[in-house]
Amino acid sequence: MKYLDEFRDSELARSLLAEIREMTTRPWALMEVCGGQTHSIIRNGLDQLLPEKIELIHGPGCPVCVTPLALIDQALAIASRENVIFCSFGDMLRVPGSEKDLFRVKSEGGDVRVVYSPLDAVQLARQNPGREVVFFGIGFETTAPANAMAVKLAKQLGLKNFSMLVSHVLVPPAIAAIMTSPGNRVQAFLAAGHVCSVMGYWQYPPVAERYRVPIVITGFEPLDLLDGIRRTVAQLEAGKHFVENAYERAVTEVGNVAAQRVLAEVFEETDRAWRGIGVIPLSGWRLRPEYRAFDAAHRFDVSGIRTEESRDCHAGEVLQGRMKPNECPSFGTKCTPRKPLGATMVSSEGACAAYYNYGRFVALAATR
Amino acid sequence: MCLAIPGQVKNIFEADGIRMGRVNFGGIVKDVCLAYLPDITVGDYTIVHVGFAISRVDEEAAHRTLESFRELGLLDEEFGVESYEAATQQEDEAGNEVPR
Ligand code: SF4
Repeated sequence: MKYLDEFRDSELARSLLAEIREMTTRPWALMEVCGGQTHSIIRNGLDQLLPEKIELIHGPGCPVCVTPLALIDQALAIASRENVIFCSFGDMLRVPGSEKDLFRVKSEGGDVRVVYSPLDAVQLARQNPGREVVFFGIGFETTAPANAMAVKLAKQLGLKNFSMLVSHVLVPPAIAAIMTSPGNRVQAFLAAGHVCSVMGYWQYPPVAERYRVPIVITGFEPLDLLDGIRRTVAQLEAGKHFVENAYERAVTEVGNVAAQRVLAEVFEETDRAWRGIGVIPLSGWRLRPEYRAFDAAHRFDVSGIRTEESRDCHAGEVLQGRMKPNECPSFGTKCTPRKPLGATMVSSEGACAAYYNYGRFVALAATR
Repeated sequence: MCLAIPGQVKNIFEADGIRMGRVNFGGIVKDVCLAYLPDITVGDYTIVHVGFAISRVDEEAAHRTLESFRELGLLDEEFGVESYEAATQQEDEAGNEVPR
């Protein structure tokens, strides 16, 4: 692959790596929060190019991976209904529920559609006034403004047949939860660039201060990641812990104010269960009471669903950095992207899928 | 789905009272919501996530990112049916699983 070779040969990559190598005197464990970053790290083999002392722990920033099983099961129940057009981003189709996935519902005759933008789902609702159009509104702060606008528009248009099954999650509470979890090994965070494009990074200094942990806003390309890692290690080595922006070309401190305004209008904070992790207080958004009519969980009776997580799946440990994907006994055998046991094997942003797709079948520890 | 792709604003229009624009992502053109970047004008570059422009970016950075995304095949993955097909077609002709 031309790009990969170019990257590996690049003067800049080499000098960043050399700089990191030179300043690293002790072992450090860094967590990249975002699944897009995990994907890029594994795809480009950054974890293998870095000095052995630097360990990258893959964080829970893959919305597909952390959407709770109960919600997937609710989605499956709604999508199976007679008169429903169920719209979702493509990555959600193969996420395993207790018994099946959306793809199965579709093959059994359910009207499940993949859309590019939540606004497409609003258009579908307009074009199909006799049917219920439900959008699966998942994601982090990056995706939330799009979903908020779709609900706002549906209300403005007076649509009676559009609703959203909302499961939004937020990064700062997740960082706090990781830092306070028993046995935590994470010493610094590469914060997710595009989350900060929307939210800015004014929320992070209290978190860095409270947990005495460096937080460096980092982009997604290999050079961005190396730069983020370099700045993080420099802080760790110097015993510092502050918030730094290594993704200035797309992130400002205040973030996108217009988006934040609409977010506040449509959503309110709520406790959220994270798949594999558990409930984190005030770690998500739900629709405000004014928008209840557009809440699919409210519109459809989805109570009484019994969930059952696969016993062979260790995604919870993977998501909290206690286990690398290839240390899971099911990895690559019972669990593959085609027959995933856990959500982390589904999306290209999931750590298990990244390890599988880029051939990381052997545990690093064993090769060292 | 967390990918955000840079593109150039080609024109700006209004639909249902919402500011929209046609954005060119290295040849692929899509309608994008510009409501969250009220100051953006034709010719500017922006980073787009699930059909929404979320932040401005300069031209050089946009080109560099687009080029690397193209090389990695991420552009096809992001837009429209391709992501659905990628999620469903992972077998070669012999029916063997192909790691993506
Ligand atoms: S490899 Fe599969 S079974 Fe193991 S943790 Fe990952 S998703 Fe779960």
